[in-house]
Amino acid sequence: MKQVLHVEDMSVTFALHNSEVHAVREMNFSLAQGETLAVVGESGSGKSQAFLAIMGLLAKNGRAGGRAMMEDINLIGMEPNQLDKHRGKDIAMIFQDPMTSLNPTLKIKTQLGEVLVKHRGFERDKAVQAATEMLERVGIPEPAKRANAYPHELSGGMRQRVMIAMALLCQPKILIADEPTTALDVTVQAQMLDLFKSLTEDFGTALVLITHDLGVVAGVADRMMVMYGGRAVEKGTTDDLFYDPHHPYTLGLLHSTPHIAKRAERLDPIQGLPPSLENLPKGCSFNPRCAFAFDRCLVERPPLAPTENGREKACHYEGPMAYGKVA
Amino acid sequence: MAGITGKDAVLTEYANRLETLDAPKGRSLTQDAVRRLVRNKAAVLSVFVVGFIILFAFVGPYLLPWTYDKIDWNNIRQGPDFEAGHFAGTDQNGRDMLARIMQGTQMSLIVAGVATLVSVFIGVIYGAVAGYFGGKVDAVMMRFVDIMYALPYILFVIILVVIFGRNPVLLFVGIGCLEWLTMARIVRGQTLSIKEREFVEAAKAGGAKPWTIIMRHIVPNLTGPVVIYATLTVPEIILTESFLSYLGLGVQEPQTSLGTLISFGSPVAETLPWMLIGPAVVLVTLLLCLTYIGDGLRDALDPKDR
Amino acid sequence: MVGYVTRRVLSAIPIALIAVTACFFILRLAPGGPFDGERALPPTTLANLRAHYNLDLPLIQQYFIYVGRLLQGDFGPSMVYNDFTVAQMLWIGLPFTLMLGFSAFIIGTIVGLVAGALSAVNQNKWPDYVLVFLVMIGLVVPNFLMAAIMQLVFGVYLDWFPAGGWQNGSLAHLVLPITVLVLPHAGRTARLMRGSMIEVLGTNYVRTAKSKGLGQRLILARHAIKPALLPVVSYLGPGLSYLLTGSLVVEQVFALPGIGKYFISAALNRDYGLVLGTTILYMFIILAVNLLVDVIYAWLDPKVRYS
Repeated sequence: MKQVLHVEDMSVTFALHNSEVHAVREMNFSLAQGETLAVVGESGSGKSQAFLAIMGLLAKNGRAGGRAMMEDINLIGMEPNQLDKHRGKDIAMIFQDPMTSLNPTLKIKTQLGEVLVKHRGFERDKAVQAATEMLERVGIPEPAKRANAYPHELSGGMRQRVMIAMALLCQPKILIADEPTTALDVTVQAQMLDLFKSLTEDFGTALVLITHDLGVVAGVADRMMVMYGGRAVEKGTTDDLFYDPHHPYTLGLLHSTPHIAKRAERLDPIQGLPPSLENLPKGCSFNPRCAFAFDRCLVERPPLAPTENGREKACHYEGPMAYGKVA
Repeated sequence: MAGITGKDAVLTEYANRLETLDAPKGRSLTQDAVRRLVRNKAAVLSVFVVGFIILFAFVGPYLLPWTYDKIDWNNIRQGPDFEAGHFAGTDQNGRDMLARIMQGTQMSLIVAGVATLVSVFIGVIYGAVAGYFGGKVDAVMMRFVDIMYALPYILFVIILVVIFGRNPVLLFVGIGCLEWLTMARIVRGQTLSIKEREFVEAAKAGGAKPWTIIMRHIVPNLTGPVVIYATLTVPEIILTESFLSYLGLGVQEPQTSLGTLISFGSPVAETLPWMLIGPAVVLVTLLLCLTYIGDGLRDALDPKDR
Repeated sequence: MVGYVTRRVLSAIPIALIAVTACFFILRLAPGGPFDGERALPPTTLANLRAHYNLDLPLIQQYFIYVGRLLQGDFGPSMVYNDFTVAQMLWIGLPFTLMLGFSAFIIGTIVGLVAGALSAVNQNKWPDYVLVFLVMIGLVVPNFLMAAIMQLVFGVYLDWFPAGGWQNGSLAHLVLPITVLVLPHAGRTARLMRGSMIEVLGTNYVRTAKSKGLGQRLILARHAIKPALLPVVSYLGPGLSYLLTGSLVVEQVFALPGIGKYFISAALNRDYGLVLGTTILYMFIILAVNLLVDVIYAWLDPKVRYS
């Protein structure tokens, strides 16, 4: 498979008044054409910041290091006007909150059309026509009428469909979706995931799905990367991680997710709170919440190391992990 | 609102936000705000400068050899002269400028205080009544406020001058009567949320009369926003006063105010510059500091708005 | 949109009527009158004068006569300047005041918007600091003081512009008065624009626009300016009201022939006819501008149109 994105040793830091916070450290992964990668973690794990950095959308006090190669172009540290040749065209992003991510003062057709005008050099009329077709494609009824509407006239699910249409207009190689279903009703969530799946397949777009909800990941993602305290702690195929998690944190996440099939089982949430990035625990960042932690975990941070079947994990513990032991 | 000075838009925007803000959540919120205010260096410095100006205006006159209306026939149209005790010079009539500036500042501050109190009094009662009774009463009362907003304020002020003649006290009571609109809006908004709270319900259940509930239970809980908004009104009224006095519609001779002093000083500024510079410096400093205090209060109350 | 405009126009009519009524009665109920001169007039003369101005009729009848005439554009007679009607006097001064006010309004709004936007885009860099400082000066120096300073510095010491007078509208005579009016208006506009622009630049939809690769120029022009203008536009009504108020002072200080001059002397002379006429005219101008502002607002914010 052809690689569309290759991230090496990426880091993100934020300058505060008189200190620095490392939101992301030593991030490495690659993304193949048409593949779906789920990036999973609690809030504050750095998952969103990593991809905002790739898109050049960090807050003013943020700085990114390392490399994010899209074919032979490094997206990290690129001048904004150079980056603008790729953003929206080769790499697009969908945000968490569809209610505020569309400009309230512009019609839908303007907000969609401008992408094609900018990146494909379409005439305005032709761009609006193509945008309307895309609206139909993402399952919006009466697309011509909706194109003429303002965002406040559409429902939340409708707006997220508009966001998807907008991101896919130029058939990008990479689509980053940051918690795309969190703000939506449960019934709409499933529809939205189906839509993602079918559209990325049609266009051969690689999808990065950033989420804290393993339920979202299950049916959609090929591979998973679990993040904790700014670092990747486990990587592998979705099936491997779901059926045989190697990192206690992954196991904890699985136990925090309700399974309809296993209705009788009690939920087993991870105890404690995610760590503050300003003040990470010594050794393994997860050790205060980990049921398997032993003396080595308190002093030595485990590196992310390959195990069998192309998987990687960052944990000193090698023994078996049983249900109920995480808590 | 379109004040005589075009009520500072920033201030109006702040008022709008206060209207929608939840009812005061008790002491910790206020303490938080005070802590943030203390950290704001410009605001703290401004508080000291304003304190100094108040002392200057009210205590200063006792320390001077001249009173504001005493004529020194030996020193007419004199520049600053330390030997004769005219530290800021004299005017065309030989009156000591420093004494006049002190008296003028005093007048400006008194007027601002009185007018602000009047506006607070009317605004709080009007807003609390509208908010407490709600429904049609509220709709009619607030519609009236909306209409008053749409009218050019300055013209009312000048009409007041016509009515009251040149009696400064009445005039500024009148200005206070016009300044209450925004206050009423804020108080109404706050009252709407306070009246839903348990202690008001309890008082109602205990059979208290509406007037008692408003005065005992609602008004005391409005203190925070009312004090803040009143602070923001003060520079506005000082400006109004100086504007009217400048036009000759406000404070009259031999009494004086900062506006009156500037209006006498500016035509002769080329030959007697001290007659303009002194009052101008005091007025601008006062307004600048009050603006910084207002900004500081606003930021302290709404920290994310930096 | 047409429906919205119609509704707004219709709702302005009762406001105008209430305002006229309020002004009329407040003035008529005020103690003292235009004929309370230093020297008491003989009773017969006074009675004749009162009859001439309809002051002997019941108040309510005077009111209807006044409103009836007003609808025909007749503001009634001046009670102090016997040779002119109020309408004639307003007609002489009004064009000038409007010209002065609106030029300052347009220049000030544009300068303020540009300065505020520049300040926001360069937040916490030196252009921002310089602009914030200038804005503060515009805000805290009252216009009558600014007028005196301008006259002194540019009119007398530097002698770049005439310090007063009118000269049939020579541009040089207008520079200082307009500058004095522009400064505070531009300052307030800039302060508002800076705040709202900073807010808008931090919104999710601007981030979306960035993620589409639109480039800074397009993002500012299409995505940021329009929503950032909203709070500024709602200030423009009060802003104009403020400017017209300021023009009272500016006309006085620079000896310019606008209606401001009449208004102040009319107030001091208790010339009811003239005060009432000027008040009503000011009010109509301000109501008209507020109406225009509301329409612009509705154009900027699609939500308003439907509520």
